[in-house]
Amino acid sequence: MGNFLQQLINGVTLGSIYGLIAIGYTMVFGIIGMVNFAHGDVFMLSAFIALIFYLALTQMFGVLSLPLAFILVLLGAMVFTGLWNWAIERVAYRPLRGSFRLAPLISAIGMSIFLSNFVQVVQGPRNKPTPPLFTDLIKVEVGGYDVTLSYKQIMIVSVTALLLAGFWFLVQKTSLGRAQRACEQDRKMAALLGVDVNRTISMTFVIGAMLAAVAGTLYMVYYGVVNFADGAAPGLKAFTAAVFGGIGSLQGAVIGGLIIGLVEVFFSAYFSSDYKDVAPYAILIVTLIFMPSGLLGRPEVEKV
Amino acid sequence: MSATLLALRGVETCYGNIIALRGVDIDVNEGEIVALIGANGAGKSTLMMTISGDPRARRGSITFAGRDITKTPTHEIARLGIAQSPEGRRIFARMSVLENLQMGAAVCGSGHFVEDVERMFAIFPRLKERAQQRGGTLSGGEQQMLAIARALMSRPRLLMLDEPSLGLAPLIVKLIFDVIADLNKTQGLTVFLVEQNAHHALRLAHRAYVLVNGAVAMQGAGRELLERPEIRAAYLEGGQ
Ligand SMILES: Nc1ncnc2c1ncn2[C@@H]1O[C@H](COP(=O)(O)OP(=O)(O)OP(=O)(O)O)[C@@H](O)[C@H]1O
Ligand SMILES: [Mg+2]
Repeated sequence: MGNFLQQLINGVTLGSIYGLIAIGYTMVFGIIGMVNFAHGDVFMLSAFIALIFYLALTQMFGVLSLPLAFILVLLGAMVFTGLWNWAIERVAYRPLRGSFRLAPLISAIGMSIFLSNFVQVVQGPRNKPTPPLFTDLIKVEVGGYDVTLSYKQIMIVSVTALLLAGFWFLVQKTSLGRAQRACEQDRKMAALLGVDVNRTISMTFVIGAMLAAVAGTLYMVYYGVVNFADGAAPGLKAFTAAVFGGIGSLQGAVIGGLIIGLVEVFFSAYFSSDYKDVAPYAILIVTLIFMPSGLLGRPEVEKV
Repeated sequence: MSATLLALRGVETCYGNIIALRGVDIDVNEGEIVALIGANGAGKSTLMMTISGDPRARRGSITFAGRDITKTPTHEIARLGIAQSPEGRRIFARMSVLENLQMGAAVCGSGHFVEDVERMFAIFPRLKERAQQRGGTLSGGEQQMLAIARALMSRPRLLMLDEPSLGLAPLIVKLIFDVIADLNKTQGLTVFLVEQNAHHALRLAHRAYVLVNGAVAMQGAGRELLERPEIRAAYLEGGQ
């Protein structure tokens, strides 16, 4: 029981990070029908940006308050990662819009390789340790088992919840969110109503990157180390989460992220941690075969 | 004679190597209702969409309110005050009726949104009952009302309607044509509409153009065209 509770806490924490990344996949897919294979590497890049920000703030500018430093790091990572993804879309995807379907996909794979190599060259191939942050723990004994809940985990889950609430508001209630949903459903009509479709697509990439940057910052804090290759596995798992939840569906991405996080954690706790990555990918394969539209993929009946 | 609001000169549009419009000249004056009729595949919808810049005219020029819009991006054309309810209505299926109307108002800010929505609900009370329903679950007629209301939400200078009566019961058709005539009379709204229902359209319109194979074959006052035997034979017999 105690162990179960512990794994639940760990799984939700990991799942929050996957969910944040998964939203980027699902939004881009929703609006331009492209699987953005570079998104995992954008996430990895954001973790490095966060690390650089953190070191600069604490060592060059002497910011001592940890919460303040953390908030500044989060904002800095969001802004810079957003700019990166904005530029990536302009350079690598927009020129290929209207080209054959696979073209942007191939371009995204190229961008993914570029980003991980770029970071490897600039930052070196070794793991970068990050300073320990939010190290306090809460220990509770449940059924003879010590369940620990770290401040990190509380922080990760609450930042995620807060951001998702803000994001939901943006998508549902603001004119940018409405324009974004309109472009997702019918770009031609959106343009007829005065929506600048290119700008809306750019904003989608920026928002997706900002959420990935939050995930990247949290990831850095959680694991205490970042590496240029860190984009691949979390990226693929978040993609799995998006597919499992129903690609194109925002709620689906979050739910999918949580489920993938939980599955991964429980699998490594109860079966084998060597094979922990097998479980999420097995879910991807099973989903693609038996439930290609995912959990929440467009169930409603519509006239077109 | 009032000022020309929209002028097309020698407009040619292609889809790949299919030529859909072959040098079309059309004028729409301020405060007029102008109808465009023609057989299936004549190029009517293409003409409307070309005015909105999608597809773009390959030759010729389009001027709106004295400004050349031949190369202006679609969304900027909309912001200049041309609203279109396109062929197939294109309601946002996964948005509520209210959100669809909000999309219509996207170009003119939210300053008079509440007032304008009330105006639309007064014209189409049916939409008020359905305000929270998803666009995709509306009936065809309701969708058509929504498409027209959405176009009106931008307070356009020129309203373009592509087959507003398509697939509707006679009563609803009459409602929609009455609304158009009324907006034109009371607010001086300029309307350019495409219609299969030539009888209705020609009676409503001040002037009309007949499009045949991508070129203007005839033009004149609406009622005058209605009397011509060749029009009666081609577009009206059996239609009424
Ligand atoms: N996207 C497209 N690609 C290729 N050809 C097209 C395309 N859209 C229209 N066409 C062709 O252009 C011609 C004009 O089509 P358009 O839709 O403008 O006709 P229409 O007058 O609106 O007809 P209808 O009364 O049936 O709506 C047709 O021959 C059509 O096949
Ligand atoms: Mg048509």
